[in-house]
Amino acid sequence: MNINYQQSRKPPVATTGVIGWLRMNLFSNWFNTLVTIIVAYFLYQIVPWFLNWSVFEADFTRNYLGEVIIDRTGCSRVADPENHSGACWSIIIVRFYQFVYGFYPREEVWRVNVVYFLLVVALVPLLYEKFPVRKQFLKFTYIFPIIGFYLLYGGPGLEIVMTNKWGGLLVTLVLGFVGIALAFPIGIILALGRRSNLPVISMICTLFIEFIRGVPLITLLFFGMVMLPLFLPEGLNMDGLIRVLVAVTLFQAAYMAEVIRGGLQAIPRGQYEAAQSVGLTYWQMNRKIILPQAIRITIPSIVNTSIGLFKDTTLVVIIGLLDLLGIGRGALADATWMGLSNEVYVFVAIVFFIFTFSMSRYSLYLEKKLKTGINMGAD
Amino acid sequence: MSENSIISLQNVNKWFGDFQVLQDVNLEVKKKERIVVCGPSGSGKSTMIRCINRLEEHQEGTIIVDGIELTGNLKNIDSVRREVGMVFQQFNLFPHLSVKENITLAPIWVKKMPKAEAEELAMKQLEIVKIPEQANKYPGQLSGGQQQRVAIARSLAMKPNIMLFDEPTSALDPEMIKEVLDVMIELAEGGMTMIVVTHEMGFAKTVADRMVFMDEGRIVEEAAPDKFFNNPESDRTKLFLSQILNH
Repeated sequence: MNINYQQSRKPPVATTGVIGWLRMNLFSNWFNTLVTIIVAYFLYQIVPWFLNWSVFEADFTRNYLGEVIIDRTGCSRVADPENHSGACWSIIIVRFYQFVYGFYPREEVWRVNVVYFLLVVALVPLLYEKFPVRKQFLKFTYIFPIIGFYLLYGGPGLEIVMTNKWGGLLVTLVLGFVGIALAFPIGIILALGRRSNLPVISMICTLFIEFIRGVPLITLLFFGMVMLPLFLPEGLNMDGLIRVLVAVTLFQAAYMAEVIRGGLQAIPRGQYEAAQSVGLTYWQMNRKIILPQAIRITIPSIVNTSIGLFKDTTLVVIIGLLDLLGIGRGALADATWMGLSNEVYVFVAIVFFIFTFSMSRYSLYLEKKLKTGINMGAD
Repeated sequence: MSENSIISLQNVNKWFGDFQVLQDVNLEVKKKERIVVCGPSGSGKSTMIRCINRLEEHQEGTIIVDGIELTGNLKNIDSVRREVGMVFQQFNLFPHLSVKENITLAPIWVKKMPKAEAEELAMKQLEIVKIPEQANKYPGQLSGGQQQRVAIARSLAMKPNIMLFDEPTSALDPEMIKEVLDVMIELAEGGMTMIVVTHEMGFAKTVADRMVFMDEGRIVEEAAPDKFFNNPESDRTKLFLSQILNH
């Protein structure tokens, strides 16, 4: 019998599974393939080298001879540079307390730890929308700054710890979180003010925003340190950290205002008209209709400026506050640990990266969460 | 202002820059009267009804709504807006709120109604516009006709004495126009005072007590629908009607 078999075709290219994923995302055409290979080569060069330097060949508390490291000469890479090149993390470990708390008195440090813990508690309702007792927690989030300040600074029942003893991560977080948290509402007010129909209010807000934006943060920090006290009534001496906080907050508020104003401009006029026609007042309209939509569309920019501010807080080292980076530089200036700048800067960079990367992830989460109902064809 | 007018416009003039959009507009609307306003685009129809709840500001003349004169006085504006509901061409629902929240928002915030009561009210309004099953959806998930009906329900929830409709069916697909008009006809039969800007002449013939024809910012002709459609006085009206009815 003569059967004419149809020529069998090749199976279709896989688009699922590991192979399919690789093919789709990394090798879809010759250009992507080339890029993939180049990137893979660089990763191959860098990742093992970095892991060796930072982990496998690194000293933590003891050097290659098994001795406890107490100064730079104990480090393997200083003692025997020919055979050892790994990082010497002892500088971080020995000074870990300073990096985290600055010069906060050791017998009072539990207060800082409590604040760190409460900060996490305060963030929970913001991070998990489905958290069971979210409403009660949010109330706590609002009063947390007051509790935090009382615990850190002291007051009735607690010994006062002057802010010049604060340092390291503590200062970085206080500046970053307080700056961002206070600048947000002020920025909203400024943005609304700039768009106000009342010429005086609009002009004041515009002038304020343009002045602050037109000046580098460092100038504002100097302004806070040197000039702010001149404006205060005699005898009222403002704390150094608070003066810096004022400068940082004003700076951030001006940027936040412009970001939010951009969002406000994107809201169609019909939304204002509909809100007015059902009788909402100006503030109700903004609070319930306009701002929720404006903030939603500006979340990426809001987080972007917030990350910017968080990193800019390192500038306070110039006016003598010792934030995380300042403590690091202080450690390097110490003769017993001189020359270990790689370790210090890598450590500081990693800490900053953890915080900024979390912020960026949080922003993506918010965008996803708030997508419901909006941009779905509604005018 | 005549004794039983609920809305009264006297010699109202308004300019956008140098362009005069309203010229000496006089209009008296009695309680429970249904007025349909028509005219070519740019004739000032929308501007006129938007002046009635002060979405636009008139520069000369007097506008009195339910005994309250509209001036710069914010309190007066607020009380007028509580009396007057408005439905827009583009629906203007709040996209970040669910249908139910769109409706309960104003009762809760403006009238300080308890939430449970407001939600009950919202469901009642949604039944009037025949879409109670959509209560928990978001505006973006509804068709245009459904969105417009939600917008009507949102206005009705404030228990207005007067409803303004600014071309409520112009942005709708043809097959959705009827569902919105049906709701409006029911509303008219219920005794609501209505001013409707529309080109739906069938609707006008069914419900209007009086037709108002505008051109170039003026009210050219005011007449009962019967006379307006069959025996209009002005040539401009005749021309307009011939264009709008002959296709």
